[in-house]
Amino acid sequence: MEVEKGTWKVKAGLAQMLKGGVIMDVVTPEHAKIAEDGGACAVMALERVPADIRAQGGVARMSDPELILRIMDAVTIPVMAKCRIGHFVEAQVLESLGVDYLDESEVLTPADEEHHINKHLFKVPFVCGCRNLGEALRRIGEGAAMIRTKGEAGTGNVVEAVRHARAVQGAIRRLQNMASEELMAAAKEMGAPYDLVVQVAQAGKLPVVNFAAGGLATPADAAMMMQLGMDGVFVGSGIFKAADQPRRAAAIVKAVTHYNDPQIIAEVSKGLGEAMHGLEMAAIPEAERLAVRGW
Amino acid sequence: MGKKYGVLALQGAFIEHVQVLRSLGVESVEVRLPKHLRGLDGLVIPGGESTTIGKLAVAYKLVEPIRRMAEEGLPVWGTCAGMILLAKDIGQGRPLLGLMDIVAKRNAFGRQVDSFETDLLVPELDEVSIAEERGYPFHAVFIRAPSIERVGNGVLEIACLPDGTIVAARQDNLLATAFHPELGGDTRFHRYFLHMAR
Repeated sequence: MEVEKGTWKVKAGLAQMLKGGVIMDVVTPEHAKIAEDGGACAVMALERVPADIRAQGGVARMSDPELILRIMDAVTIPVMAKCRIGHFVEAQVLESLGVDYLDESEVLTPADEEHHINKHLFKVPFVCGCRNLGEALRRIGEGAAMIRTKGEAGTGNVVEAVRHARAVQGAIRRLQNMASEELMAAAKEMGAPYDLVVQVAQAGKLPVVNFAAGGLATPADAAMMMQLGMDGVFVGSGIFKAADQPRRAAAIVKAVTHYNDPQIIAEVSKGLGEAMHGLEMAAIPEAERLAVRGW
Repeated sequence: MGKKYGVLALQGAFIEHVQVLRSLGVESVEVRLPKHLRGLDGLVIPGGESTTIGKLAVAYKLVEPIRRMAEEGLPVWGTCAGMILLAKDIGQGRPLLGLMDIVAKRNAFGRQVDSFETDLLVPELDEVSIAEERGYPFHAVFIRAPSIERVGNGVLEIACLPDGTIVAARQDNLLATAFHPELGGDTRFHRYFLHMAR
């Protein structure tokens, strides 16, 4: 009997197992334990959370492999790590560490301003950010086995995550209503591979799992993204920049499971302490916005 | 009255099970709170993260009612994470439901880069197979999968890898698979589970 590894089925399949869950950014093994104890379905191992990357500026790169390995040792849930857009050697390095999922992420400083990584060449699965359906399908065309909306990372402001989720879901609904001969023009307009456009028009959903990300800070934020049709959520700075981290982590996990139950969301939101301070979009100059990175 | 099956919907790949069950013509509901367990003819515990599902099951008081219903004969099927939650022994850590007399090992095949697909011979499925399916291997998807290190008395080994590793087992009304029948197009395991309820 033949055994096949690194297939599309096992790459996209792991994302299916993460659905209905919360993936948390962590910068130390201690954070990773707090995330796991709070019920995270995976952690993203990082040197700095996006809020700090934003505050400190400079070039943001792949994290130190030693830190990632220590986080992998600390928890039994899947561990993800970020590489720069287009930086295929960072991706090779992270794959060699045995990381469970790679995020080719706009939160780090891009290494290539024209090309993303050819993700089909890797055994490890990739998740990529998107602002709209065309961007999502380009990334899937390159081999991404999971998509997340970009939002605006490190802001604690959910408005961009909502914008991107609505853009993707709205575009899918429009494709569903098109005549078949209209799909080529739609593909051309959104810059997406034609076969994937046809597939989405027929299925009424993306061919891979789609999580919300970028600016979620509260249980209600997370539940709203689920009600908007996302499969799960990433929470970055929103937990470890807040006051009571273990309680906030557990509360967001519960809100994602019971996203249609306002009484439970109210219950878990009680007395959580201060959320991260947050940034108004108008306060962020165009040049400092992360979501526009990616092509 | 038709049969009604629940799928534990705390986290993970529960929709996939719901869809396969509905395609087989049975009612299928998502279970998030104890009140959703009422009137079920069977329960599936899906794949996902076993620590996440376990914590939510404890927080929302699902453990005792599920254990009681299974002890009274309710068919329960755990896939991957679900199998870990069913097991009496999981090595390190406390078992959650502790219903099935198996020793389950988490992440038995390594990390995600070692996740794999392979064909399994499962003679037990012949019970529910139509003529052209009989003897045909079952294509199984293993994702950061657990294995069954040992089974107790009265537990039937249903499927093994070529090296002898046990990856599916049944004990009366309890079924465990280390892989994900809900991800492929082959519905034989789901039909086998429905058959257990009869």
